[in-house]
Amino acid sequence: MTPAPAPLLEVEGLTAGYGRVAVLHGVSLSVAPGRILAIVGPNGAGKTTLMSAVVGLLPRQGRVRFAGAAAGSTEALATAGAVLVPETRALFADMSVADNLLLGTWPRRGDARATASAFRDVYALFPRLEERRGQRAATLSGGERQMLALGRALMSRPRLLLLDEPSLGLAPRIVRDIFRVLAGLRAQGLAILLVEQNARAALDIADDGCVLEMGEVVLRGPSAALAGDPRVIATYLGTGSSG
Amino acid sequence: MTLFVFLALLQDGLATGAIYLLLAVGLLIVFSVTRVIFVPQGDLLAFATLTVAQLEAGQVPGTLWLLDGLALAAVLAEAYRGRRPRVLAFWLLFPAAVTAATLWGPRAAPLLAVPLGLAVVTPLGPLLWRFAFRPVSDAPVLTLLILAMALHFVLAGIGMVLFGADGATVAPLSGATLMLGPLAVSGQSLAILVVAAILVGALRWFFGATLAGKALRAAASDRLGARLVGIDAADSGARAFALAAFVAALSGVLIGAATPIAYDTGFEISLKGFVAAIIGGLASYPAAAAGAILVGVLESLGSFWASAWRDVIVFALLIPALALLSLRAAGRK
Ligand SMILES: Nc1ncnc2c1ncn2[C@@H]1O[C@H](COP(=O)(O)OP(=O)(O)OP(=O)(O)O)[C@@H](O)[C@H]1O
Ligand SMILES: [Mg+2]
Repeated sequence: MTPAPAPLLEVEGLTAGYGRVAVLHGVSLSVAPGRILAIVGPNGAGKTTLMSAVVGLLPRQGRVRFAGAAAGSTEALATAGAVLVPETRALFADMSVADNLLLGTWPRRGDARATASAFRDVYALFPRLEERRGQRAATLSGGERQMLALGRALMSRPRLLLLDEPSLGLAPRIVRDIFRVLAGLRAQGLAILLVEQNARAALDIADDGCVLEMGEVVLRGPSAALAGDPRVIATYLGTGSSG
Repeated sequence: MTLFVFLALLQDGLATGAIYLLLAVGLLIVFSVTRVIFVPQGDLLAFATLTVAQLEAGQVPGTLWLLDGLALAAVLAEAYRGRRPRVLAFWLLFPAAVTAATLWGPRAAPLLAVPLGLAVVTPLGPLLWRFAFRPVSDAPVLTLLILAMALHFVLAGIGMVLFGADGATVAPLSGATLMLGPLAVSGQSLAILVVAAILVGALRWFFGATLAGKALRAAASDRLGARLVGIDAADSGARAFALAAFVAALSGVLIGAATPIAYDTGFEISLKGFVAAIIGGLASYPAAAAGAILVGVLESLGSFWASAWRDVIVFALLIPALALLSLRAAGRK
């Protein structure tokens, strides 16, 4: 095994919540370039809260560093190359597919050449989006919406993607397609923080894994080891299976 | 009523309707991006008329000092946070240029008074956003509305202090009268329609064809999504307020040539823009445009038949409009 390169995202002792209620209690994790860290955990464990706090949508206590600098606002992080694809997708519903993608280039606006090549690459990953480029985002199917959300996030050529339940509500075949795309992106050096209900698919694709329960990391390690851990198998993978 | 009178009233109604349309567009832009119902828009309208009137009389308008004071506060706030030198430079240089042009330029010249007036009043929009709304931009709509109402009273008070209680008019853009057979078409009415049409066309181009315009639409369409792609929420708010303030100031210059505007007249005018915006469901621009023309024409016809009932007729429009909207909303659920 090659030694992991210096981490791109470092989270240390992160505490966050809503109002005075803390949901996360001192979470630490790190993601290196070209690696996928999967976070699994039961409903309400605080996975979405973790993603929101990392990108600064929630006030955070603790240390979050991206690319060697203290993480700023959501907008600043997007500009620096850390982009969240949220559970809700947050598409621009009344705008066209092409405009949604175009707005993804906001951090690199003004560079026509980069915009054109980003469109080429995203359309190559998701040919369906090119077919639908004039259609309003509101009228897309669930799978197409997820492709658009991913595509929009990729338009600015981020270095870290934070994906909250990318498989939510999608047919198994589309989930496989999306996970294949993620594996391809990792091969190009993209780092991915992946939150998934579908623990098996997540641990299959990830390099490392964390189990989050009640706002705390209760288990962590290489994903193959986690997938073989009896507690994980019992709780998240169902009985009779191994990684 | 003869056809002749009807056509004269229609001409008047279309011109006022065009103004309400501009105001409705300003309200819609601000509401969709920031959820603020921009009540003080009417005060900015009055500020613009009164500012241009003073400039045309050769005086230095008090709103200039209001701009300088608020801009200075913005500079200090930005310097304290020290992260965005371009914002700081803008609030330093723009007011300085406007102040210099007003104090030492030929401010009463017709070609200078109107642009100067617009340049004084327009930045007040983003400054109001910066200090009144941005600090509480996540608050519920009702809180923002109460804040907007309070700000309206503050601005009306400032207007009273700066300009006194008397109304003022500005020079018309065009004093000519065009004879179409027996019908006299006033050049100012035509100018209003032309300016409104140009502005609507420019806005359509901005929102439909430029990345900056699309970014503003994105901020209106999905606040979270816009932040996630890096479109700064505070900047979008400032842009929306700048557009609305510019449109309000322009409306003040257009309407102020025909109607005397006092410090407290603007509120009522912008309320009618608000009626038009409500008819548009606070969302649809074409519907708001139709609503604005309807309000203008009804008001004009109403003033002929039953002038005392003029405003009653206009504001009574709100009831069926709101009923229809809530029916539609219920139908969607
Ligand atoms: N806006 C909010 N205000 C108050 N509490 C919230 C809010 N959002 C989430 N919570 C609470 O925070 C806790 C963690 O929620 P979170 O959405 O992070 O869970 P999750 O791990 O993403 O769950 P799921 O797998 O269902 O998506 C839950 O108890 C939830 O009720
Ligand atoms: Mg969640």
